[in-house]
Amino acid sequence: MKTKKWYDYLWVVEITYFVLGFFNILFAWIGMIFFVTPLAISAIKGDKLYCNRYCGRGQLFAKLGSKFSRNRPMPPFFRTPYFRYGFLAFFMAMFFNMIFATYLVFAGVSSLSETLTLLWTFKVPWAFANTSGVTTWIAQYAFGFYSVMMTSTILGIVTMVLFKPRGFCVYCPMGTMTQGICKLKHKGES
Amino acid sequence: MKSKRIATIDTLCVACGTCMKECPFGAISIPTGIKALVNLEICVGCGKCSKVCPASVITIVEREVAYEN
Repeated sequence: MKTKKWYDYLWVVEITYFVLGFFNILFAWIGMIFFVTPLAISAIKGDKLYCNRYCGRGQLFAKLGSKFSRNRPMPPFFRTPYFRYGFLAFFMAMFFNMIFATYLVFAGVSSLSETLTLLWTFKVPWAFANTSGVTTWIAQYAFGFYSVMMTSTILGIVTMVLFKPRGFCVYCPMGTMTQGICKLKHKGES
Repeated sequence: MKSKRIATIDTLCVACGTCMKECPFGAISIPTGIKALVNLEICVGCGKCSKVCPASVITIVEREVAYEN
């Protein structure tokens, strides 16, 4: 039996992140770690160590999936480059849209919108927000980033239930990006 | 003695590492972050990796067939 290492418990960090966001939306900023670290590892080391070892979300899906997943194979189109890169492009477009919304608040064009937007469509009024003491654009970014994180988690849970526990990994935008970086990094190697 | 069967991984692998974690013999590695690789010397073709692979890109084949390819 394999002995567990500290990084096998990073799923706890993932849960903690979402719980903290419920209490104060500004904790959403911590999620930048989950965004920057995989890119940095693949750019510096040239591998997907984050996905393979440190991804708390993947671990969480694996844990939940052991109980709730139907364990069915995913439809083949999910693993095609067209879908994976297409989904990455869509996700990044939504991400930059969120950045732009933050900019508008920063520039004073828009006022702070205290809502979470799930699946890029459903606006959820966020009563748990405590944004006092920070400038509005910082709070706006937190709302936007938390929306992105919640959206990808919802997609991951749905994929986990319908297909395999770590089904989201197949089209996870971070995974696609880090694999793309690795491909560039190892270009020309046999 | 080597097993008759062995795991092979398709080029559409997403390198998520699920198979690597599942393999009881540590026969799978992802050194370049592009695709999982099977160590032909260690793999026994038990099929655990293929069961958990979210992308369904791992198949268990006859060892002779894998070597031919």
